[in-house]
Amino acid sequence: MTECRHCGLPAPTATEFCCSGCEAAYALVRDQGLEQYYRRRCLDPTARALRPDAEAGPLDVSGQAVVGEDGIVTLHLMVEGLHCAACVWLIESLLGRQPAVVQARLNMTTRRLVLRWRGAAALGNDLIKPVLLVGYRVVPYDPARLGTETQRQEQELLRAMAVAGFASGNVMLFSVSLWAGASMGPATRSFLQWLSALVAVPAVIYCLRPFVRSALTALRVWRTNMDVPISLGVILTVAMSLYETFHGGRHSYFESALMLLFFLLVGRYLESLARGRARSAAEGLVALGAARVTVLEPEGGRRLLAPAEVKPGQTVLVATGERIGVDGTVSDGISELDTSLITGETAPYTVEPGCRVFAGTLNLTAPLRVVAGAVGEGTLLAEIVRLMEVAEQGRAHYVALADRVARLYAPVVHVMALLTFLGWRWGVGVPWQEALLTAVSVLIITCPCALALAVPVVQVIASGRLLRQGILLKSATALERLADVTTVVFDKTGTLTLGRPELRRDGRWQEDDLAVAASLAVASKHPLARALAGSVPAAHPLSGVVEVPGMGLQATEADGRRVRLGSRVWCGADGDDGQDQEAGQELWLARPGLPPVRFAFDDTLRPDAVSVVATLRQQGFAVELLSGDRAPTVARIAAEVGIDSRHATCSPADKVSRLQTLKADGATRCMVGDGLNDAPALATADVSMSPSSAVDVSQNVADVVFQGKFLAPVVEILTVARLAHVLVRQNFAAAFLYNIVTVPLAVMGYVTPLLAALAMSSSSLVVIVNALRLQRRRKP
Amino acid sequence: MNGLLMLIPLALALGLIGLGAFLWALKSGQFDDLDGAAHRILFDDDDGPKA
Repeated sequence: MTECRHCGLPAPTATEFCCSGCEAAYALVRDQGLEQYYRRRCLDPTARALRPDAEAGPLDVSGQAVVGEDGIVTLHLMVEGLHCAACVWLIESLLGRQPAVVQARLNMTTRRLVLRWRGAAALGNDLIKPVLLVGYRVVPYDPARLGTETQRQEQELLRAMAVAGFASGNVMLFSVSLWAGASMGPATRSFLQWLSALVAVPAVIYCLRPFVRSALTALRVWRTNMDVPISLGVILTVAMSLYETFHGGRHSYFESALMLLFFLLVGRYLESLARGRARSAAEGLVALGAARVTVLEPEGGRRLLAPAEVKPGQTVLVATGERIGVDGTVSDGISELDTSLITGETAPYTVEPGCRVFAGTLNLTAPLRVVAGAVGEGTLLAEIVRLMEVAEQGRAHYVALADRVARLYAPVVHVMALLTFLGWRWGVGVPWQEALLTAVSVLIITCPCALALAVPVVQVIASGRLLRQGILLKSATALERLADVTTVVFDKTGTLTLGRPELRRDGRWQEDDLAVAASLAVASKHPLARALAGSVPAAHPLSGVVEVPGMGLQATEADGRRVRLGSRVWCGADGDDGQDQEAGQELWLARPGLPPVRFAFDDTLRPDAVSVVATLRQQGFAVELLSGDRAPTVARIAAEVGIDSRHATCSPADKVSRLQTLKADGATRCMVGDGLNDAPALATADVSMSPSSAVDVSQNVADVVFQGKFLAPVVEILTVARLAHVLVRQNFAAAFLYNIVTVPLAVMGYVTPLLAALAMSSSSLVVIVNALRLQRRRKP
Repeated sequence: MNGLLMLIPLALALGLIGLGAFLWALKSGQFDDLDGAAHRILFDDDDGPKA
């Protein structure tokens, strides 16, 4: 085996390329004079191989292109398959060298490509062609719909953090001279105080906005959250300091307010960063609805329409290799459909006139004409997405631990500060400034700096540790929910198994049978045929192979004899040879004069599925298998991996109801699955994971997405989640312990706001250092 | 005191310049793609992509 010169995957010996697509891609890159790409790049084994996708249907991006006023068309694309910076360079060069292109800029972090060109919107399809030919995949997207809100908030936080950092640093300088200069004259002191006020007041007004906004939102619905004491504490401190500055007093504490804000903003920013990392993965959503469908006009013309514009009753033409865009009934043509997106099962499904077909399924073997029954929001695809959204809303009620703590904690803080003020003013009878000063100290010292940092810091470090292993946490509360998991529920196809058929070497065929079969199979896009062809890399394609839809492949040899590869009946095999008949998971080869030969296919288990299930059980998790597949197959897989509790032939709704039963039994459920049929189950479970081979919609629902062909991330995620949970609790305990010690002192008036701010910073440090322990890998 | 009158505004002005530069860089998108920018300079090209 050698390595393919283009994609780096194994290629047959004595050839330079693994397939014709790679050869064409290499030629394209060389013709453009860009072959230095191959020297500069470093392939990322976790990324998708750079292999041109022969199965991809035609991509029409013209609908997503926006024509600007100056005649320049802008198109936003998400690029899949980036390996390193050389890929960025290659894509930008391929696009930028075309004369029409004004700008091509690819952001390596977000994988977003902005393409601007002069000319018609439809020109975009030609412009991106070289990029597709080289093997990258692109998906057009609407930038207005994607996470701009969070991005804007993140920018605002970063700006506020910069301002707070600048202001607190400078004000701290003035304050240090104020504290150190006991012999300072009143004029100098007043001057420094005024300067502090000059810097601090605008900065506080600017930086406090995110907190005040959140506090007001909470107060408006008669709730209180962490932001209420923060806002109140800062405002009171600044107001009191201003009062002191006006009256030439000594008690100005601008730096405390600013330092507090700065630390809190750092915590907030880290928190949002942890979420942002996962966002880019979530953005890999393929706009299934964005693909155009070809509508046949009654008078004979063809029109490209968005799926939403198709009216029921219209006839839609579905080319081979295209995704069906509407639900409907086949009116003409026999073909096989890959329904894995809807059912999660890999075995293709034969359709003929009169059969119902669903949007999102892939047409494999022959063109079909489909009379649209339901479109857009009425399709099964849309129905599943809706089911998923409903389930998601149910889960949105989960309240993060920090918020639950805050809900209890914030009122206590307010009451305590108020009591302190009242107690000192009228109980002890000191002047109101002094009473207010003590009350502010209480507010600051209880101000939950450590509490605010306790959770985000742990989350950032935990998600960083997982990210390095190709695991993405998408939901902010996923770690907390994962820590409580008692039951792990697996889907079969694509989760426990790799989700693609592989030839079973059961000794029922000879090598030369395989060679003949493979020479026929290379001509087909059928998954079983591809698996068969894939097991013989050096297969010589036979000429004159005809695909008979729903039946198989047929070739006529020179002497007029016919060779067939296809279904059991078509190849003349008798149906009762005692084998387990997993329909669709076999191919027969019929040659004249020879008995038919059977090729059986298995969906192979992930290499570590058995050990992962064993480890999970050892760690005390209940493990279950829910599959839409037939009972014998499910039983075989369950026995292989060692799962006792299994349920076969589950529809998406069955899976949801099984999960609800588990919940009623008091289990906290973690669902691991892929496929759109699992999407409702993923959303129903308390927490969900999805392998990255999964279709994009289910990745969107899953809280955690992991990459690669191994199942071990499931164990790693659960381990990290439990560890993170322990650390969060320790952090809370540390923060509370600190409060228990310092609050009485503050109430009694022994702590000035300055001391409070210092003590608070030190408690934050303790919390951060504790969280850093999570970075150490503990080998099980 | 005279020294203070000169040095403090100077220090503040310098700090403000730094802050302004950071905010400008943030606004002009220089923090959007930290990975790409680091590698982009390695690929200098005679007829590089139009930017």
